[in-house]
Amino acid sequence: MLNYLISGISLGSVYAIIALGYTMVYGIAKMLNFAHGDVIMVGGYAAFCASSYLGWPVPLCVLFSMMICTILGIVIEKLAYKPLRNATSLAVLITAIGVSYFLQNIALLIWTSNPKAFPNMADFVPPIKLGEITIPSVTVITVAASIVIMIALTLFTGMTKIGKAMRAVSEDKGAAQLMGINVNATISTTFAIGSGLAAIAGVLLCSAYPTLMPTTGSMPGIKAFTAAVLGGIGSIPGAMLGGILLGVLEKFAQAYISTQLSDAIVFAALIVVLLVKPTGLLGKKITEKV
Amino acid sequence: MADTLLKVDDLNVYYGNIHAIKGISFEVKEGEIVTLIGANGAGKSTSLNTVSGLLKPKTGTIEFCGKSIAGMPAHKIVRDGLALCPEGRRVFLQLSVKENLEMGAYTRSMSEVGESIEKVYELFPRLKERYKQVAGTLSGGEQQMLAMGRALMSKPRLMMLDEPSMGLAPILVDQIFDIIKDLHKAGTTILLVEQNARKALAVADRAYVLETGRIVNTGTGRELLSDDSVKKAYLGG
Repeated sequence: MLNYLISGISLGSVYAIIALGYTMVYGIAKMLNFAHGDVIMVGGYAAFCASSYLGWPVPLCVLFSMMICTILGIVIEKLAYKPLRNATSLAVLITAIGVSYFLQNIALLIWTSNPKAFPNMADFVPPIKLGEITIPSVTVITVAASIVIMIALTLFTGMTKIGKAMRAVSEDKGAAQLMGINVNATISTTFAIGSGLAAIAGVLLCSAYPTLMPTTGSMPGIKAFTAAVLGGIGSIPGAMLGGILLGVLEKFAQAYISTQLSDAIVFAALIVVLLVKPTGLLGKKITEKV
Repeated sequence: MADTLLKVDDLNVYYGNIHAIKGISFEVKEGEIVTLIGANGAGKSTSLNTVSGLLKPKTGTIEFCGKSIAGMPAHKIVRDGLALCPEGRRVFLQLSVKENLEMGAYTRSMSEVGESIEKVYELFPRLKERYKQVAGTLSGGEQQMLAMGRALMSKPRLMMLDEPSMGLAPILVDQIFDIIKDLHKAGTTILLVEQNARKALAVADRAYVLETGRIVNTGTGRELLSDDSVKKAYLGG
């Protein structure tokens, strides 16, 4: 029982980190970046190459992966999404799905479909033993990382000038421009941050589930999107809560109900929550007075 | 003769195929209050949005302090000292009052912001009382004050106000116009767009009358207040 809870929280923390990236981009740019999961996969491959082919130490691998993903995020935004800034959200959504397939197929060309064995990059901390239960090192790191990232993002959007500008852009691009905010640069920065987070998620995901394939990012990506919606998309603590809840729910469903049905149960939970609370668990109802 | 701050010449603006602004020319001199009046859809807001850079003109020139700004992106135009307080206020509803003001000073260094915020609080004491509140919880009048305060935060040489009295109770309208006069006394040049023609003409040094994208009349505020065609069309006979 406790073991399931721990592995659920571990999985949930990965979802949370991915969901934080989703929610960040959605919250500011008001678009669903369905390619986010595939950026994670690229992050995984980048770290894998740095470690296995170049033999770099773990911190360098993570940094390298973050750098690659950040650049990738900025390039994707510039080439695929920026020309659609004034297009309907459906056009952007379809483009995002296209980018997702594009990234998967590029990865297929470069790394083939053979799974790569990803080294555990979190074993620099010892696992924690609590009586009979052992919390694996990757879980410790993942949970810690998700909490640190959540707090950092909250402080960033709440306290810094750029963070506040991001919130201004998310509400009213025109008015933000009138303040002197460069909207395109702000959205680009958002993508850079979201993609950098995707790299961290990629490394942690692959450390916990060490088979790396071109499709590695897609299912966690969709689950994390679900988590972000469950928690209230656009909300930073919501992404965290949604991620953890979803991970725990998935593990419990696998353990007590059915491994095959666990995904269905997870998505059913989303539907139920949205029926009761359409804005998600922590989604804010916008107070507006005119 | 005061310097010309803003000079718009033969400006044409389109929304798709719709020719919204048909070759208008006007100017604002340092220290003036100039107003554009006209009916709904005459092109008043379109003019301001084009000057501020939110819309791109098809042809024509816009010069601000002698520099051509036509077609420049809005976020750069603010840096040159031209602020627009937009129609419908458009304050950031989910940001606090103080954060809204900080955004207004986005182009300036953080060290100067505190002092400017204090000045805005002096002008609008209500905002000081509510500085922590999210802007979405303010009343319409307070939001208008916040929008004006926010535009002032960039220390503009020319402040453009688009329908500042829209949707406000008469007593608040009076208050807003008093503030416009105060701002003017303090040395801010103002380009005002208003549907409330009577009040706008009363404070304005000069005015232009817009009709379906064209300037059909111009003169001092006083002249237009007593002009028969203006009286008939905009002042209720």
